[in-house]
Amino acid sequence: MKILLTVQDNSIAPRFDQATEVIIAEHDGRRLTAEPRTIILPHRSAEELSDLIVKEGVQCVVCGGIEDSFHKFFTWKKITVIDGVIGAHAEAMDKVCAGELRPGAILASAKQGE
Amino acid sequence: MNDDFSVHFPAVAVGNLLDSIPHGIAVIDRELKIVLINEFLEALTGLALADVKGVYVDFVLRSNIAQRGRTFREVLASGEPLVIDGDIVSRDRRKIPMQFTLSPLRGDEDETVGLVIVLDDLTAVVASAGLSADHDQTDSIIGQSPKMREVFDLIPLMAHTEASVLITGETGTGKDKVAEAIHQRSSRAAKPFIKINCGALPESLLESELFGYVKGAFTGAVKDKPGMFRLAQGGTLFLTEIGDMPLPLQVKLLSVLDDREFFPLGGEKKIKVDVRIIAATHRPLKQRVAAGEFREDLYYRLNVLHLHLPPLRERETDTRFLLNHFLRLFAERTGNSAKTFSDESLALLMDYAFPGNIRELRNIVEYCVNICQSRRIEVEHLPKYLFSRLSPVAPPAPAALEPEARTMQSPASGKDWLAIEKDLIIETLTQTRGNRTKAAEILGWGRTTLWRKLKTHGLVNAPELSNTKEAA
Repeated sequence: MKILLTVQDNSIAPRFDQATEVIIAEHDGRRLTAEPRTIILPHRSAEELSDLIVKEGVQCVVCGGIEDSFHKFFTWKKITVIDGVIGAHAEAMDKVCAGELRPGAILASAKQGE
Repeated sequence: MNDDFSVHFPAVAVGNLLDSIPHGIAVIDRELKIVLINEFLEALTGLALADVKGVYVDFVLRSNIAQRGRTFREVLASGEPLVIDGDIVSRDRRKIPMQFTLSPLRGDEDETVGLVIVLDDLTAVVASAGLSADHDQTDSIIGQSPKMREVFDLIPLMAHTEASVLITGETGTGKDKVAEAIHQRSSRAAKPFIKINCGALPESLLESELFGYVKGAFTGAVKDKPGMFRLAQGGTLFLTEIGDMPLPLQVKLLSVLDDREFFPLGGEKKIKVDVRIIAATHRPLKQRVAAGEFREDLYYRLNVLHLHLPPLRERETDTRFLLNHFLRLFAERTGNSAKTFSDESLALLMDYAFPGNIRELRNIVEYCVNICQSRRIEVEHLPKYLFSRLSPVAPPAPAALEPEARTMQSPASGKDWLAIEKDLIIETLTQTRGNRTKAAEILGWGRTTLWRKLKTHGLVNAPELSNTKEAA
């Protein structure tokens, strides 16, 4: 499964449309199959980020707040969206790989990071 | 959390004070971490104070003003208040325009110990920006027919009571807007207006959304969830599509309406709530009661005040009035010169039944304004699907309206036509589970037109595109 996390510094970015950095990882159901890739986006754009997600064949998006139209778009594209996540992206990655990350999750690391 | 802060501002006293203010408020310390948020902001973000205390502020607000905390740090450094416009993404995934007022909090020795952030919802200001003051409209509900004047007269009366209201009417008649207008004119206006669609969620999920649950109530309930009743505390809970609520939940809802208290899922402590209920449905509730699909006692409990919104075809002079109103509105918004309908196109529109009511009429006018490059809107500028439906259209049975309703649900005020069209396509494809032939049928387009529009909106996968090119 290809997973994309929108990030800001060490955390999940608060908003999908404001994210300028994403991490893409591939997971075979037990572990990551390669070193996660970080992509710096040229500017903030929810539309361009959506295009990237579709073109990359991402199957799961982990993000903070996201507008309903984008959420619906991904649902239609059969892309799972785990939104409203607060916390460190490393912890989010561990949880999503373990199948334990839910929308609206406030992770243990949330109170440490900025 | 910064220790200095709690010395100067005891959390309990400040918390009680903030809950009485009808704006979203966050108090943060010098490290930009949440010290307090009031109930209003909890409702807006869907996040409870207990969960977000000590969390960096922008993860909670989800605003576009933070610039990685720079904005807040500048106010802390300068000690000068700052008012800034921006937006947030709310619990229900809406982008809400907000005015943020950032004010420094000072300690005993006049040192800045934190910030108070007040969020003022600008939705009403933004929404009314394109509308002129007009005696024929209440908020954004417009009309001048006798039937609508009756509705306008009833709204303030209903706003001044605490009784439950049942709003009925076909899809697109403005049930949501009327519910919001009643709330805005009531004494509860400063408190939350929470809307939940009873037809959109499966029974178990709807129950937990409405009543909340406690940690450990079921697998996956890893923390307490307040539920919509608690989030709407002091305000109004708008239950739309109440006719689709499952029977077992109807019993629980009736009990809450009678007792004003309930147990959250898995909870042992009763929660008292002070919430006004407004319910709406496009289904004939009386018939559903007769068929045993809706509880009679709940029907009478909700139906204390009943407001029926007439469909557009019964609003006589309103079709012409609304056509002109939206024509003026969209022409202004798009910066186009004043346009008029030609006699032929106007005659066609006046003959059309508008099964999607005002929502559909508004969409059609926006389409015309965007398509027509001249001053006069001719027949060829009208959406093509009108012509296939112009043969006399019988008013659809309420239950049969559902697919139509879904196709027409997209227009959010302020969006341009392309955005609306994109939303419409996505929504229809979701409805048809990706079946393009069915989606094209519903939208009244040919398959090729749909394919072209999918490409225009970037809704086609790269592999599909390359396959097409290869095939060509």
